[in-house]
Amino acid sequence: MTRSFLARNPSVLIFIACLALFTLAVTLMSEAGGSGAISTSFVKTLGKTLCLCLVALAMDLVWGYTGILSLGHMAFFGLGGYMIGMWLMYARTETIVTASMSNAAIPPTDQEIVDAIGTQIFGVVGGSEFPPVWAFADSLWMQLALVVLVPGLLALVFGWLAFRSRVTGVYLSILTQAMTLALALYLFQNDSGLRGNNGLSGLQNIPGLTGMPQSVLSLWFFWASAFALGAGYLLCAWVVSGKFGSVIRGIRDDEARVRFLGYSVEGYKLFVFTLTAVIAGIAGALYYPQAGIINPAEIAPIASIYLAVWVAIGGRGRLYGAVIGAAFVSLLSTWFTGGQVPSVPLGFYTVDWVDWWQVLLGLSFVLVTLFAPQGIGGLFDLVTGRRPPDRHGADLGPDKGSFREREAEQ
Amino acid sequence: MTKYLLAALAACMLCVGMAAAQDSPIQTLLQENRELIEKSSRRTIGPAIDALRDSGLPAAETVLEKWRDKDLWQRESDGLFFFAEKIDRDTLQLIDIATGDPLGEVPDDDMDQLKPNSGVRGMIAAALVQFQLQSPERRKRIAALNSIQRDPEPEHLDALRAAVEDEPDATIRTREERLLRLLTISYGASEETRIEAIRSFSGDTGVDVRAALNPLLATSRQAAEGDIPEGENVARKLRPGQEDFTKEDAYSLLVSKDLAPARISRADKRAALEANIADGQVGGVPVEHLNTEAARERAYASLAEAGTVPPTATEAEFEAALDAHVFYDRYAELSEAVTDAARGTLTSITTRVGLSQALDLSLDALSLASIYFLAAIGLAITFGVMGVINMAHGEFIMMGAYTGYVVQQLVPDYTISIIIALPLAFAVTFAAGVAMERLVIRWLYSRPLETLLATFGISIALQQLAKNIFGTQARPLTSPDWLDGALVLSDVVSISYIRIAIFVLALVFLAIFLFIMRRTRLGLELRAVTQNPRMAASMGINPDRINMLAFGLGSGIAGIAGVAIGLYAKVTSELGQDYIVQSFMTVVVGGVGNIWGTLLGATMIGFLQKGIEWLNPSNTLAAQTYMIIFIIIFIQFRPRGIIALKGRAAGD
Amino acid sequence: MKLRMTSALLGALAFATTALAQDDTIKVGVLHSLSGTMAISETTLKDTMLMLIEEQNKKGGVLGKQLEAVVVDPASDWPLFAEKARELLTVENVDVMFGCWTSVSRKSVLPVIEELNGLLFYPVQYEGEESSKNVFYTGAAPNQQAIPATDYFLEELGVEKFALLGTDYVYPRTTNNILESYLKDKGIAEEDIFVNYTPFGHSDWSKIVSDVVALGADGKKVGVISTINGDANIGFYKELAAQGVSADDIPVVAFSVGAEALSGLDTSNLVGHLAAWNYFMSADTPENETFIETWHDFIGDEARVTNDPMEAHYIGFNMWVNAVEEAGTTDVDAVSKAMIGQEFPNLTGSTAEMLPNHHLTKPVLIGEILDDGQFDIISETDPVPGDAWTDYLPESAVLTSDWAELDCGMYNTETETCVQIKSNY
Repeated sequence: MTRSFLARNPSVLIFIACLALFTLAVTLMSEAGGSGAISTSFVKTLGKTLCLCLVALAMDLVWGYTGILSLGHMAFFGLGGYMIGMWLMYARTETIVTASMSNAAIPPTDQEIVDAIGTQIFGVVGGSEFPPVWAFADSLWMQLALVVLVPGLLALVFGWLAFRSRVTGVYLSILTQAMTLALALYLFQNDSGLRGNNGLSGLQNIPGLTGMPQSVLSLWFFWASAFALGAGYLLCAWVVSGKFGSVIRGIRDDEARVRFLGYSVEGYKLFVFTLTAVIAGIAGALYYPQAGIINPAEIAPIASIYLAVWVAIGGRGRLYGAVIGAAFVSLLSTWFTGGQVPSVPLGFYTVDWVDWWQVLLGLSFVLVTLFAPQGIGGLFDLVTGRRPPDRHGADLGPDKGSFREREAEQ
Repeated sequence: MTKYLLAALAACMLCVGMAAAQDSPIQTLLQENRELIEKSSRRTIGPAIDALRDSGLPAAETVLEKWRDKDLWQRESDGLFFFAEKIDRDTLQLIDIATGDPLGEVPDDDMDQLKPNSGVRGMIAAALVQFQLQSPERRKRIAALNSIQRDPEPEHLDALRAAVEDEPDATIRTREERLLRLLTISYGASEETRIEAIRSFSGDTGVDVRAALNPLLATSRQAAEGDIPEGENVARKLRPGQEDFTKEDAYSLLVSKDLAPARISRADKRAALEANIADGQVGGVPVEHLNTEAARERAYASLAEAGTVPPTATEAEFEAALDAHVFYDRYAELSEAVTDAARGTLTSITTRVGLSQALDLSLDALSLASIYFLAAIGLAITFGVMGVINMAHGEFIMMGAYTGYVVQQLVPDYTISIIIALPLAFAVTFAAGVAMERLVIRWLYSRPLETLLATFGISIALQQLAKNIFGTQARPLTSPDWLDGALVLSDVVSISYIRIAIFVLALVFLAIFLFIMRRTRLGLELRAVTQNPRMAASMGINPDRINMLAFGLGSGIAGIAGVAIGLYAKVTSELGQDYIVQSFMTVVVGGVGNIWGTLLGATMIGFLQKGIEWLNPSNTLAAQTYMIIFIIIFIQFRPRGIIALKGRAAGD
Repeated sequence: MKLRMTSALLGALAFATTALAQDDTIKVGVLHSLSGTMAISETTLKDTMLMLIEEQNKKGGVLGKQLEAVVVDPASDWPLFAEKARELLTVENVDVMFGCWTSVSRKSVLPVIEELNGLLFYPVQYEGEESSKNVFYTGAAPNQQAIPATDYFLEELGVEKFALLGTDYVYPRTTNNILESYLKDKGIAEEDIFVNYTPFGHSDWSKIVSDVVALGADGKKVGVISTINGDANIGFYKELAAQGVSADDIPVVAFSVGAEALSGLDTSNLVGHLAAWNYFMSADTPENETFIETWHDFIGDEARVTNDPMEAHYIGFNMWVNAVEEAGTTDVDAVSKAMIGQEFPNLTGSTAEMLPNHHLTKPVLIGEILDDGQFDIISETDPVPGDAWTDYLPESAVLTSDWAELDCGMYNTETETCVQIKSNY
């Protein structure tokens, strides 16, 4: 089975090989692993980009393959980050607090330690008591489980409600966007118990590994992200190949027909929606310890829309397209907003890329949607000689039979 | 340099000339209180103001007025006071405080402006009351009344009574009479007059009435040994252990009144233990075992037994202390008849206030609903009727608002600029909408998801463009004078004119929408094209043209909404972002394709949000969160909105 | 303006390439957002830094070397602040950084500069409860802004009932917490304190303003303490004006409203409302006049206003220059040591001193809004020493910070131990 799966999907092998090569190259050039040609901060950027590629994969699965334009996957990504962040903050603070309290004349009670940790964590936002959501924060394993469970359950409940009542298409997009907005607004409140606008910070300091320099830690996280991306790619490729893949593509192209053929469309959609939410959660849990801070702004609806932009520019409906899109656009974005791109003097006006990058991104996005729906991934088709028919945006429905015939002739 | 020399010379010469004027009694009086005036603190300034007020000097009133208006200056070198007017940045025109004669121009280096803060200004205004209350100038009399209202004092009562009698102006007279009754409540001579005044306000919802009555009913919590002492005006007897008065509360009240010994807190115990560590042990318990509360209790108990620390109060002692005392709330006002009357009147007021508050909240909700409706009505055309998802709708609202701003920069008259801005905003966004439809959307009619993304791309580009052109600073869009202020129905119920204007605008657009859709050829053709484009085309309708016009119309209305929203809030590049999700929600909740649905949706969202805000007044963010969650759940149960289209029109 | 900025950036870039060859400049990192929501406030501070550096270079630089600004754009994205700070410290090797505005951006940067032993000057008023070895706080701590303003309300205006209105984020939350406990200390009952939090950019203020007006129903004088941030202020003040709330009836004191925020408003209805800062542009001193003149020359626009964080950078930068001259090196530890005790005249006529807890002494100014949108300074205190850990919250009251003798930013005076050397973030 595995052999035939790989044989049917040669791109998987190529992708894994490229990823491995890339990881090796970065390792050799990093400060911890060798020459130091790549600075630690750039290793972190690359590691984070790999996590973004992973969530883009999930987005491609749910949008490119199943046709659900979810504007909520960055919310799941953020939730994963919050879950791991809670443990990181708790455990780090615990070490500090126990160390400082052990100097006291009378040994502290367990309650006093917890109270002191609470004061340290919530003192910043004017509180000191642990809200109930932190119940499991002292246990790494519980929080790791929550990284998967919280986004998964949220997606399950939300998806069940939405798909059950046959909310589809743009309505679903708007609904997911509303969910994301509600979650972000909820987290923005201090009363939510996750430190409101400040979010969770200092996540790059891993408890128990305080002696480890960031150059090494960053490399470890880079490897973990690369591994997760590789595994995620395999999983997604496996899901979309075979019968399951055919069904979900069928749902994308014509939901009603698949339903009439006797498939439980809602079940398939719910499975994909939940699975991708879990993948997004894991990606987030790997991303935020590298970013160092998570706060509600990360979850704002705009982030999820950008995710869709990456996938669209990279090329929907092909897994490597999503990866390329996420890597390309997010790195380019970093480069442009970093102020390192030379400005273009036009004589009467100087184009300063810090100001104009967003405009460029927005317009290129319109252009891609209009003229290159295949995205960057489409370039590979040019190489392999597969040319999609030019339909000017018309769909391939039954009443547009003329298109089909012409395409069949090609 | 020469300029300074000359000025100094002039100042010197003036000094000689003015010497006589400087000995005026008012200057002497000010000099006597110089320290207090220089310090200028509400806490200490009282005697100085009183001295001026009671001096009987003719100049006192002017000095007080000028002082309040920050026109009184002091010369640093000799501490003398002058009135002064600014000639330019560095020069002052000095005026003698006693005579009002100009004393020439001096540079401001040696002069200090007296800047009484608003607390001191309030006191000066209160002192001015006696001069102003019977002043021939209407303006001054009103100022005096304002001042009495702000800081009522017992002596104002007589002054007011005298003024009422020969007040020529009817409105002022009514106000004076009302104030007189208010003052009588607090400072009336006899119990009867006070009660009469209290009763006369029955059912009056004014804040000032409640402000006068509530202090009468203010209580303080008391504890006494045995029975309640004689002569106390008791509001309520309290039993420890009842709902809002726990035994713990009762005991801490006793402690605070020194009627019982304090209980020992955990932290105190810990400190006591820490102080008594001997040989690694406290009271026989090894220190390293003290990491549980139980062990600490044990150690403390053994220390207490040994007499090293005070013993903790036992449960029995605690109960005994509570039993030995009575607890009650006491009115500060001693007369029971007065408090009874005040309570009676206040009860009658409270119901009315409650009703008024509900009305006020409904007005707020209605106003919010009309804002949402106005923001969503354009979408009701582009999304509701045509089915096009336009994520850049919010940016059209923003463009409208910026159009208003630009017009206001060019046309300084606010009324005219608004009149120009409304159609211009429509024109600008109409053009933008048509351009967008022609260039982008028409290629994507069969790919709605991609329309969403493409228009989103336009949205971020437009937003950034607005930032590049206008900056990230919020820009002012000022409403004309006739829209300033609020329609005040009572002290509780009021609504600003700008909100009323938005409400009216929303209604106007509802009418326009209905008119266009039902009574014009465009509306007919638009409905035909959206229901069946091919059939419409064969009837000789040009679907391209209709789509273009309809989209332009929807965008144009968004532009006008932008001007209205900018007037009531602010103009920033993120203005559209704030409304886009809510606007889509409004349309979806109401039911796509039906303007009444949009109206209902906006109303529901507006009332819902205000309702949640009312339940949780301290956190507005929570209201927005719960509102969205409610909408999500609502859509689960009515996925097609409040008013769902039925039959063929419902499409897929 | 735009042109100037780009040319400065280009210049900085050109410098960066030459500097690799010969290390004869001292690099100053400027970590302020030039895009995104905070750009409006932070771009001004970046320009201030470029101006200060240019001025210093005209005077011959520091230690005989020219200063070189390295400007990066963290784009109002908090994780990006950490990334850019790391880049400045490890790739650009800057000797000092001036930057951040929001608390969350500072918290994001903290772990990085503490790990890499960098040096940051933070110029904005903030909620306190922090003192890092690597940060100098040139903005106001709560006791240098919020507490004196509240005292002013209590004593000068006789306010008995308080409405604490804030945007829902850390600074208002912590400040209001401190104020609540301070007010209770002063005998204000809990039910006389009304607290409300609104989201960023909130615009629908009518109900909240009505609620505040209704507070007056029990005859006590009501005052509003506003920690409302940014754009939301416009809607708030418009609603105040619309409902006719006069400063004589219900005074409002704001901690984050400056003259530039009011430029979006018609202030004729707001006359008499207050703001508390450590600096107002209207301060009448020769230093301030020179500063404003230099600023207008540099930016090429006579209409640009100056504000409190700009003064903070002015003081911080000059103190840093003096400390470097004194230490004879740009080494972080040596400069930090020399920083403590530095004195420099501020722009309002008194002298700022850097305290061992890395905070400044600052005078507290209270200004009344005039009808031209400027502030009239009606009260100025003597310089108040900044307190890193507030005395009005029980957990913080026992903490102190002293980098000169105790070498600890979070020292528990009861147990006499250092709680932690690094900061909590």
